[in-house]
Amino acid sequence: MRFLLIEDNTKLAGSVVERLQLDGHAVDHAETLDAAETCLAVADYDLILLDIMLPDGDGRDFLQQQRRAATSTPVIVITARSAVSDRVSLLDLGADDYITKPFDFSELEARCRAVLRRLGGAAANLLEHSDTILDPTAGELRFDGRTVSLRNRELRLLEVLFKSPGQVFSKGHLMDRLFSFADEASENAIEVYVGRLRKRLDGSSARIETVRGLGYRLVAR
Amino acid sequence: MKPRGSIRRRLFFQLSGVAAILSLAFFLIVRVVAERAAEGTQDDILAASATAITDSLRSEDGQVTLELPYSALSMLQTVHQDRVFYRVVAAGETLTGYDDLPVPDPAPTRGQPVFETIYYRGDSFRVVAILRPLGPASAATDVVVLVAQTRLGLEAISRQITGVATGVGVGFFLLATALSLWAAGSALTPFDRITGSVLRRGPKDLRPVTADTPAELVPLVEALNNFMARLRASLLRTEDFITEAAHRVRTPLATVRAQAEVTHRKLNKPEHKQAIREMIRAIDECSRSAGQMLDHAMVTFRTDSLARDDVDLVALMAEAVERLGPTAELKDIFIRQDLPSEPVPFRGDGILLQAALQNVLDNAIKYSPEDSEITVAVEVGEALRLSVTDQGRGFGDADLSRLIGRFERGGNVGQVVGSGLGLTIANDVANAHDGRLSIANNKEGQGVCVSLLLPR
Repeated sequence: MRFLLIEDNTKLAGSVVERLQLDGHAVDHAETLDAAETCLAVADYDLILLDIMLPDGDGRDFLQQQRRAATSTPVIVITARSAVSDRVSLLDLGADDYITKPFDFSELEARCRAVLRRLGGAAANLLEHSDTILDPTAGELRFDGRTVSLRNRELRLLEVLFKSPGQVFSKGHLMDRLFSFADEASENAIEVYVGRLRKRLDGSSARIETVRGLGYRLVAR
Repeated sequence: MKPRGSIRRRLFFQLSGVAAILSLAFFLIVRVVAERAAEGTQDDILAASATAITDSLRSEDGQVTLELPYSALSMLQTVHQDRVFYRVVAAGETLTGYDDLPVPDPAPTRGQPVFETIYYRGDSFRVVAILRPLGPASAATDVVVLVAQTRLGLEAISRQITGVATGVGVGFFLLATALSLWAAGSALTPFDRITGSVLRRGPKDLRPVTADTPAELVPLVEALNNFMARLRASLLRTEDFITEAAHRVRTPLATVRAQAEVTHRKLNKPEHKQAIREMIRAIDECSRSAGQMLDHAMVTFRTDSLARDDVDLVALMAEAVERLGPTAELKDIFIRQDLPSEPVPFRGDGILLQAALQNVLDNAIKYSPEDSEITVAVEVGEALRLSVTDQGRGFGDADLSRLIGRFERGGNVGQVVGSGLGLTIANDVANAHDGRLSIANNKEGQGVCVSLLLPR
């Protein structure tokens, strides 16, 4: 996905950009509303991540301005205020969702997907391998004229594999991608998910191969 | 605040006291004036009667004779059976009449009749005495004519006047009392108006009072407005402070957390990864506690003056599910929505109810195992029931009623991040709406059912 991050704190912005890039997303960073306008004028984004307190204005004004201009790019507000009343007013102003600082990137991704799914956009983010298409936004797998819907963790696991076909991923790496920091999971859990995915992929040319002692990789049958 | 004295009562008593004094004065004046008038009338008739008698006096050769005119006495007849006595005295000798009727002292002089009230034959009498010289001017004889009449008629009139004066006085007093009650009330209506305009305000309305104010109350209202302005400034400062503090703390925390995630991804040694994981958990716990404490503060603030808006409980529940859906999705938790198709209207504070539902649902997600199901339901029965049922580990053997206490957590929370305020928030919101929070270990196997019960 392609993000526009509007955030004046450069340290935070830097780590957010780095973290999102680790998951293979493209991120442009604007420190001010002015810079954001410039970015929006020259590029298309799947999503805007907006901070509320900015040096050259209030993010809420930007939000209203975007809604008045009938821009279709969804906006997720990153806010330091957590009270329910603040959140309600953000949604009323036209934010598609919000997330409170500090946030879990998996949660941010889940929210982005939920927003995109709701708005029915971002079809361009499809991942392909041999005859199989993975639509992360819809959480669907398409092959052989069939559509298989995936649960969230199955989707995230498959997304990792689809983004780098042929590359071997260790169980430990896949666990990091799948489980939140609050979860206590064992490496056996990965085997469970891989087993499920193999069933889902039954009939497609894509196949998850076990590389003994190393991990898993996506190969064509 | 203990009320001391009442302006209304004081005004009323003062006004009715004045009315009582005026009524009494009125009564006395009317009685005196009316009795004087009645007495004057009796005197006039007595004088006329006596004059008629003197007019009938004849003097022939120094001999005084009298042909007593009947009309002179008949004019004194009254309905009250007053008795009449007369006496004509010529040169000290009683010519006719009752010679024990005393001649007033001082005696009358020429052209100057004397009126007197006397006690005679067991009764109170009014007497007139007229002196008339009779015969030739050189050898005139002084004749004194006395006419006396009892005072029964006068007393009857006096009683009647007293009765009327008492009636009018009491009537005036009662009317004046009623009017003073009204006046005391209406003098205080500006108070009620200003009080009303302050009371009708919403919980956050701290604008100055602009209701029409009588000059006497302007200093009070100005003081009130001044106070509210200070309160508003103070509240704004507090809000700004909390916002600023949250921003100052949460933004660096977000930086730390993002960098920790990046580092976690790059590290290879399990013990290093574990250290970073602990760090991130601590950050999450910190931010979660801060959020719940802010929510709790907001709940406390808002329940003081609860907003009563028309809300749809089904929509509120759906909103909470939509809000927390992505969080549940991360753990592959499916939220089953067992919601009626019709709206379930309720009068309450939508923001508070939303906070309660989100906290309950957030709790359920947190304590649910992955790959499980949470059922949210809105039921209309004896009460309105908003329930969240999970398949989690339950609250163990912990005392369920203790869980809603501040910072209390279940007996088997293990590693799960939490501050223990979630259920307290939900319980406070339920209580503020005259409802309650019910917590029950799920009958079907494991899990917990937390319900917000609201009155219909």
